[in-house]
Amino acid sequence: MSNQEPVNSFSSRIVVLPEANIDTDQIIPARFLTTTTKAGLGKVAFNDWRYNADGSNKPHILNEIDPTEHRVLVAGNNLGCGSSREHAPWALMDYGFKAVISTEIADIFKSNSLKNGLLPVVVSPEIHDKLTQNPQQRVTIDLESCTLTLEDGTTVTFQVEAFARQCLLEGVDAMGWLLKRLPEIEAYEQTNNKAA
Amino acid sequence: MSKPKSLFEKVWERHIVEEEGADKPAVLYIDLHLVHEVTSPQAFSELDARGLKVRRPDRTFATLDHSIPTLAPDADGNRPYVTAQAKKQVETLEANAAKNGLRLFGYDAENRGVVHVIGPEMGLTQPGFTVVCGDSHTSTHGAFGCIAFGIGTSEVGHVLATQCLAQRKPKTMRINITGALQPGVTGKDVALTVINTLGFSGGTGFALEYAGPVIEALDMEGRMTVCNLSIEAGARCGMIAPDQKTVEWLRGREYVPQGAAFDEAAAQWLTLKSDDGAVFDKEITIDGSAIEPMATWGTSPDQGAPIVKGVPVAANEDEERALKYMGFTGGEAREVEKVDVVFIGSCTNGRMADLRAAAAIMKGRKVAPGVRALIVPGSEWVRVEAEKEGLHQIFLEAGAEWRLPGCSMCIAMNGDFVLPGQLAVSTSNRNFEGRQGPGSRTVLASPATAAASAIAGHVADPRQFMQLESA
Repeated sequence: MSNQEPVNSFSSRIVVLPEANIDTDQIIPARFLTTTTKAGLGKVAFNDWRYNADGSNKPHILNEIDPTEHRVLVAGNNLGCGSSREHAPWALMDYGFKAVISTEIADIFKSNSLKNGLLPVVVSPEIHDKLTQNPQQRVTIDLESCTLTLEDGTTVTFQVEAFARQCLLEGVDAMGWLLKRLPEIEAYEQTNNKAA
Repeated sequence: MSKPKSLFEKVWERHIVEEEGADKPAVLYIDLHLVHEVTSPQAFSELDARGLKVRRPDRTFATLDHSIPTLAPDADGNRPYVTAQAKKQVETLEANAAKNGLRLFGYDAENRGVVHVIGPEMGLTQPGFTVVCGDSHTSTHGAFGCIAFGIGTSEVGHVLATQCLAQRKPKTMRINITGALQPGVTGKDVALTVINTLGFSGGTGFALEYAGPVIEALDMEGRMTVCNLSIEAGARCGMIAPDQKTVEWLRGREYVPQGAAFDEAAAQWLTLKSDDGAVFDKEITIDGSAIEPMATWGTSPDQGAPIVKGVPVAANEDEERALKYMGFTGGEAREVEKVDVVFIGSCTNGRMADLRAAAAIMKGRKVAPGVRALIVPGSEWVRVEAEKEGLHQIFLEAGAEWRLPGCSMCIAMNGDFVLPGQLAVSTSNRNFEGRQGPGSRTVLASPATAAASAIAGHVADPRQFMQLESA
């Protein structure tokens, strides 16, 4: 996908996975990484949490909810740690998520998520508690104002790196942004003796 | 007088094509881009969709490591791929490399191997470089004074197309390791201690610099192991200032300058160190003399402890969950942990120094009954060198398997995996739930500890075997 659909404001129910340190191996186990496309990874999102070895369902919340109704994943601290696999946000988005919320989100996973239009939202432990204590609630996320509004009306702001935010709001294509800088890149290579 | 700078700042500044601003990241130039079969196909597809080719094939090198079998092909040359899709993924990289004129270290190449083993081995990795790869353990190359970090597939596409990345400058943290390591303590034990000290996310947002007498005394392989595991504390990269050891390790390697040009380059490399008075956003000190052989007991790499101290009692819910998954109660000695599998290899510990350390323990001994020991060299070069030294004979005589190079059981996507419920002592980098196969349980440790555990049949402090040898 070269150009992302602009992301702005949406409301949705949340789903809570309370575990801390959910690594990208949990989000999508490595044996599913032999794919050469991005499509269809939602069915193996959290595969080993959701399915038995014979493929039958385990009792897990992600097998019970309607993904079209629960677009926001609330997870424990340090979400997305571990492997740099971009298959993790691809799988979460294909499952149906539009945003992930945690008290801390790992660097590479955050960067990968932003590039695909999956919004990473870091909140304080207090707000996280309010979310997990009412795990059925509906929240509103507004990227323009960078605000998260809980069902009880509490509104907090969150940080999104300015350029990533602009890319999401306006559908700016990050590769295109870099390609526009090819003259500067060539000049840098000449000056620094790095030309081909 | 100019402001004192850290090693990170010096390398970062040399790669700025366009400065960072409030509303835009810096455009960072990438000297070396390493590519493997798993995280690249969608990036090449993106280039195809835009009608682009790889901009700098001379700075882009590809290898096969993650999904390739480590068993030899059959008599007809068929390789035992785990699935047809794994084979297709390898063929996709072969086709993308050919189409874009990239050098691919494929099956026939004498240099094929795990991406973070072959980069330094060939001298592709050079001090002061920026190095990226679609793999979180790219931090390994920081051992040579590089800013080296893992990127996602979108960014792999960005580098293929432009040789640049849009990046914000991370914060800096220096980790000083004082004193001197005790005998039997290795770079892996240092790394597991650092992660245990920082915590699993303690490095998030930081570029780490490892410094102090313990780091200076480590060999290059040990330094690579330390930098490799930076990501396991959440850090984007970890680096070590180049010194004479770095220079001598690189001298004569295929891609470094040769002759007088090498000495000129080396003089330049040796200037890459943090100035006196350089300011870091955070600085911590660890007593290296107190580090002991480490083993993890939980399901994240920070959940480790000195082997002699046994398994700790859970301090919170997360630790309880980890102990439950691992089948430990907490408070027990490590000797009660019966081992099913020992894996020695990976980008963390698949180099010659690692195999020598394991062989020194295994020599003249036998792998305990019921233990499957798998030794996987990090590269073809390592495999050939190890065979020249006869290390493979030591492993085979001990009852271990000797395989072809690859990531193998570290990521368990090529058919080498640990069975459900089995306990593995592994020299790799992640003990996540199911990392080495669904339901697998992983204890991370050094090559010496893994070898000692293979012999003992339980998690074992390697020093008992070292003492036996000197007696």
